[in-house]
Amino acid sequence: MPKDGGIGASSKRREDLRFLTGKGKYTDDMNIHGQAYAYFIRSDVAHGTINSIDTSAAEAMPGVEKVFTATDFEGVGGVPCGWQVTDRFGEAMQEPKHPVLAEGKVRHVGDPIAVVVADSLAEARDAAEAVEIDITELEPVLNMKDALKDGATKVHDDLTSNLCYDWGFVEENRDAVDAAIKGAHHVTTLELKNNRLVANPMEPRVAVADYDDSTQEHTLYTTSQNPHVIRLLMGAFVLGIPEHKLRVVAPDVGGGFGAKIYHYAEEAFCTFAAKAVGRPVKWTSSRSEAFMSDAHGRDHVTKIELAMDENGKFLALRTDTHANMGAYLSTFAPSIPTWLHGTLMAGNYTTPLIYVNVKAVFTNTVPVDAYRGAGRPEATFQLERVVDKAAREMGIDPVELRRRNFITEFPYATPVAVEYDTGDYHATMDKLLEMSDHAGFEARAAESKANGKLRGFGIAHYIEACGIAPSNLVGQLGARAGLYESATVRVNATGSISVMTGSHSHGQGHETSFAQVVADMIGIDEQQIDIVHGDTSKTPMGMGTYGSRSIAVGGSAMVRATEKIINKAKKIAAHLMEASEGDIELKDGAFTVAGTDKSVAWGDVTLAAYVPHNYPLEDMEPGLEETAFYDPANFTYPSGAYGCEVEVDPETGKVTVLGFSAADDFGNIINPMIVEGQVHGGLAQGIGQALVENCAYDENGQLLSGSYMDYTMPRADDLPMFNVDHSSITPCTHNPLGVKGCGEAGAIGSPPALVNAVVDALQRAGHDVTHIDMPLTPDRVWSAMNS
Amino acid sequence: MYDFEIQKPGSIADAVSAMSGDDAQALGGGQTLIPTLKQRLASPSTLVSLAGLSEMVGICKDDAGRLCIGGATTHAAVAADGSYAGLSGLASHIGDPAVRNRGTIGGSLANNDPSACYPAAALGSGATIVTNAREIAADDYFLGMFETALNEGEIITEVKFPIPEKSNYQKFVQPASRFALVGVFVAKYADGVRVAVTGASESGVHRWTAAEEALNANFSADAIAGLDAPSGDGMINDLHGSGDYRAHLVKVMTGRAVAAAS
Ligand SMILES: Cc1cc2nc3c(=O)[nH]c(=O)nc-3n(C[C@H](O)[C@H](O)[C@H](O)COP(=O)(O)OP(=O)(O)OC[C@H]3O[C@@H](n4cnc5c(N)ncnc54)[C@H](O)[C@@H]3O)c2cc1C
Repeated sequence: MPKDGGIGASSKRREDLRFLTGKGKYTDDMNIHGQAYAYFIRSDVAHGTINSIDTSAAEAMPGVEKVFTATDFEGVGGVPCGWQVTDRFGEAMQEPKHPVLAEGKVRHVGDPIAVVVADSLAEARDAAEAVEIDITELEPVLNMKDALKDGATKVHDDLTSNLCYDWGFVEENRDAVDAAIKGAHHVTTLELKNNRLVANPMEPRVAVADYDDSTQEHTLYTTSQNPHVIRLLMGAFVLGIPEHKLRVVAPDVGGGFGAKIYHYAEEAFCTFAAKAVGRPVKWTSSRSEAFMSDAHGRDHVTKIELAMDENGKFLALRTDTHANMGAYLSTFAPSIPTWLHGTLMAGNYTTPLIYVNVKAVFTNTVPVDAYRGAGRPEATFQLERVVDKAAREMGIDPVELRRRNFITEFPYATPVAVEYDTGDYHATMDKLLEMSDHAGFEARAAESKANGKLRGFGIAHYIEACGIAPSNLVGQLGARAGLYESATVRVNATGSISVMTGSHSHGQGHETSFAQVVADMIGIDEQQIDIVHGDTSKTPMGMGTYGSRSIAVGGSAMVRATEKIINKAKKIAAHLMEASEGDIELKDGAFTVAGTDKSVAWGDVTLAAYVPHNYPLEDMEPGLEETAFYDPANFTYPSGAYGCEVEVDPETGKVTVLGFSAADDFGNIINPMIVEGQVHGGLAQGIGQALVENCAYDENGQLLSGSYMDYTMPRADDLPMFNVDHSSITPCTHNPLGVKGCGEAGAIGSPPALVNAVVDALQRAGHDVTHIDMPLTPDRVWSAMNS
Repeated sequence: MYDFEIQKPGSIADAVSAMSGDDAQALGGGQTLIPTLKQRLASPSTLVSLAGLSEMVGICKDDAGRLCIGGATTHAAVAADGSYAGLSGLASHIGDPAVRNRGTIGGSLANNDPSACYPAAALGSGATIVTNAREIAADDYFLGMFETALNEGEIITEVKFPIPEKSNYQKFVQPASRFALVGVFVAKYADGVRVAVTGASESGVHRWTAAEEALNANFSADAIAGLDAPSGDGMINDLHGSGDYRAHLVKVMTGRAVAAAS
C-alpha cells in the first residue's frame, strides 16, 4: 500500500514549488551591490603560441577596471587535479600545469587567454575586442592514436609525450588473460567508440565573488555540485586562502550531470579578481562558452575481446582503451577511465580473468571528465555490446547467454578488485522480459515488416558502483580527497529540525527525500524538517553530490546523526518519565515506557533540551544537535536489465525508439516517484548519447557542434513513454538504509540496449551489420545498411 | 549586441527611406537577425522594423487566383490560412511556436538559408517575390547560399504564389536545428510539375529537373522510384549527413511528397 509520508512514500518534491514558480535562487540571481562583470577572451584556435597580448587600448576604454592576463596570476597555483593515477609500471601519471589563464600557449578552442573586468558586460565585451592577441598557430593534436606516435606534436612541451598514463588492471593478470584468450574455443572482438558528449545542464555556469577587506573574507557564489570541494581545491591549491576566510555557496543549481563537480578557472578568476579590483566580480557563461569550457564527457576508443568455451561460458576478457583527457586534467579526469571504469568490467558475469588497459591521452580539445555515469557507461557499453555480438556469433540467444554467465552467489569478489554485496540478476532479467512483453516481439516485428519497417529488440544488463567511496580505499587508488559524507541534525526547541547536509541537490530532490528519512526515523511530519545544503558556512565539511552517492553516503551520515539525536532524546525522555533509558521506545513521534501507558511527545522532549529546567544537567549537556560523518565500507552495486525496442526506416536510416523498459534493483527506495524521475532523466541522456548527441571537432580542432544548431539534445519527441520498475530489491548490506543509488543507472544501461536493438533490427532484415558507432544518426545507419 | 537605433516606420515608403541610411538593416521577425546581433556577428547602425507595417501583413488572393502574402506575415498566419495546403503545411513545421509567431516570410526569403523551408515553397511554386522596387520571379531570385537577387535596401513587401492542383512538402529534419537536412517541395500545376529541393545543395535551393520531367509524364511515386538519385557531388557534406546521403534523401523525400500530395 502506498505510504503517505516517510520512507517509501512518493512525497511531492517540495523544492518544485519554487523552481516552477520562478522563485528559485540561482547563482545568476546573486547580484552584489557595485559588482563588475568579467568577460573571458578565449582562444579561437586549438593550438598555438601566444606571441603577445596588448591590453593597453582596452584598458583605456570606458568602464574598464582592468584587463587580466597570465602575468597577473604569476603568484597563483594552477587549477589542480584531484586524482593521481599510477601507471602499470608503477610511475605517477604525467600531470601538466593547468593555469588559470593561458601561459604562453593556448591548448584548445575556448582556452581562456585574458579577462576584461568592467562596469557592465557590454563594456567588457567592447573592450575585449580591443585586446590585441598575436598567436602563431601550431598543428593541433586531435587523434589519440596519432598523438601517441613518436615525434607527434606535443600538447604540453614540458611533458615527455602526450601520454598521461598507460594503466593496466589487474596488471598481474595480463599474461594469464592473454593465454586464456589464445586458447579459447571462441573469441568475440569488437572495436567501438564512446562518443564525446557535452553535459549541457539547463543552467550554464556562473561565478560571483566578493571580498571584504575589513575581515579579509572571500565569498564565492558558484554553480557547483560540491562547494566544500571547491573551497578546499581553490583555497588551498590555487589562491592560498585559508578555509575560515573563504565561504563558497552553491545555491539552487540548475542541473550538473558531473560538469559542475570540478573546480574551474573562472571560479578562481572571479575570487582573485574581486580582491584585485576591490569590488565584486561576476561571470555568467554564455551557452557558446559552455560548449567550449564545461568539461566534456566520455570520448573513449576501445577494442574489447571476450573469450568463451563451447557453451558460451565467459573465460576471459581483455579491453584496450584510449581515453581522451583533452588539453588539461580536469579535477577527477584521471580516475574516470581507470577506477570508475576498469573495476566494472566484470559486469554481472562470472568471467574469471579480466585485463583492462587504458591509455589516457592529451589532445587539443576541451578537458574531459565525469559525466552522468562516469566510466561506468563506457564499461557497460563495451561489455554489453560484446556480449550481444558474442551471442550472435555463438548462436545463443542473448538473454540466455547472459543468464549462463550471471553471478548468482553473493558476496562476489570480481577479478577487478571490487566485491558485490548483493544482487539478483535473474530477477531483474525476468522482470524486464515481462515488462517489455518480450514474448510478443515476433508478432510486433511482423507488423513492422508489413509496414516496410525493421523492428529490433535489444537488451543490456548493467552493474554500477555507486556510493563513492571508502576513503582509505580511494586514497590508495590515488584520490587526493576523502569520500565520506557529513550531516548535522539540529533539532529546534519546539521540535522542528534543520538538517545540514554535505550532499548537494541540483535537481535530485534531496530536500524532499532526505526529509522523508529523518521524519520516518522519528515519526514526525516531513514538513517539520528542512534540508540545508550548498553553503560552506552552514554545513559541515562534505564532499557533495555525484556518482549516485547522496542517499547511500549522505543519507547514511544523516541516519547516523539522527540516531545520535534519538539516543540523546531517549535519555531526556527517560528523565522526564522517571524511567530507565533502556525501556524507552520512540514511535510516531512519541516516547513511551515499554509496558506502561506513560508517554511524552517529541516536542516536550526537544523543549526540555533547550529549556532544561527538569533535565539531567549533571549527566548531559542541554541542546539537541548532532553531527555525523559517514565513511562507507564499500561501494553500492545497483544493477538492472534494460530493454529497448526500435523501428528503423530502411529508406532513410532513421531510428525510432518505440519502447524502453528498465527493471532496476536500487536496493531500498526512499521516494519511488523521485527514483522514477531519476531513471527517466538518465534514460533520456543515455538515449540521447546513443541516438543524437555528438560533440565533434574538425581537423583543425574547431568545435563542429558548438551550439544547439549542431549539437542535438534529446527532446521529448525523440523518446517513448518509459516503462520503469524498481520492485526487484536486494538491499545494500553495508549501509543503514539498505540503499544503492539511482541517479546514473538510466544513462549507463540504455546506450548498449539501444545499439543492440538497432543491430538486431538490421540483422533480422539480413544486413550484415555488427556494430555502428554512436550516435546512430540516420546517415550512419543508412550508410551501414548500404555499405 | 552592439548599439543600434531602431526605427518603426508607418508605411512602406517610410521604411524604404529609412533603409537608405548608412548601415541600415531590415528587421522582420528577428528570429535570425537577433541571434546574429547577440553573437556580435552583425553591426547595423539602424534596424528598420517591418513587423508593424499593416501594408505588409496579411494574406489575400489576387484576380489571377494567386495567394498573396504580405512580406511581414508570420509563419503562424500562413500555417493557419490553409488555402494553399502544401504551403500552410510547410509553414506549420518551421521551428517552434515562438519562431512561427514571430518569423516572417519576407525575412526567411531575404535570408535564404540553404536549409530553410520557404525557399523550397517559393521556387517549387514559381512564386513571384514582390519588392518595393520590382517583381522578381522565384527562378531568378535565389542565387546560392544566403544569396538573393535583392539589392541593398530592397524590401520584400509581398510574395505571390500560384495555387497548384496538388502539392506537398516533405522535410527530413537535421536533428539539432530541425531545419531541413533535406526538404522537397512538389507542386503539380496544369502546365507542369515543379520540384524544389532545400537543405541538400552547396548552391542552395534548386529544382530537380529530372524528377519534374518524370512527374510530368506520370505524377506518381513510382515515377520517382524509377529515377536515379541526383549526384552527391556538390551536396552539403557535414556532421549530420554526407553528400551521398543527402542525394539519396532527395529521392526518398520527393517520392514521399508525391505520394502525399493533395
Ligand atoms: C529555433 C529556430 C528554428 C527555426 N527553424 C526553421 C525551420 O525549420 N525552417 C525554416 O525555414 N526556418 C527556420 N527558422 C528561421 C525562421 O524561419 C526565421 O524566422 C526566418 O529565417 C527569418 O525570418 P525573420 O522574419 O525572423 O527575419 P529576421 O531575422 O528579422 O531577418 C532575417 C534577414 O532578413 C532581412 N529581412 C527581414 N525581413 C525582410 C524583408 N521583408 N525584406 C527584405 N529583407 C528582410 C533582415 O534584414 C535579415 O537580414 C528557425 C529559427 C529559429 C530561431
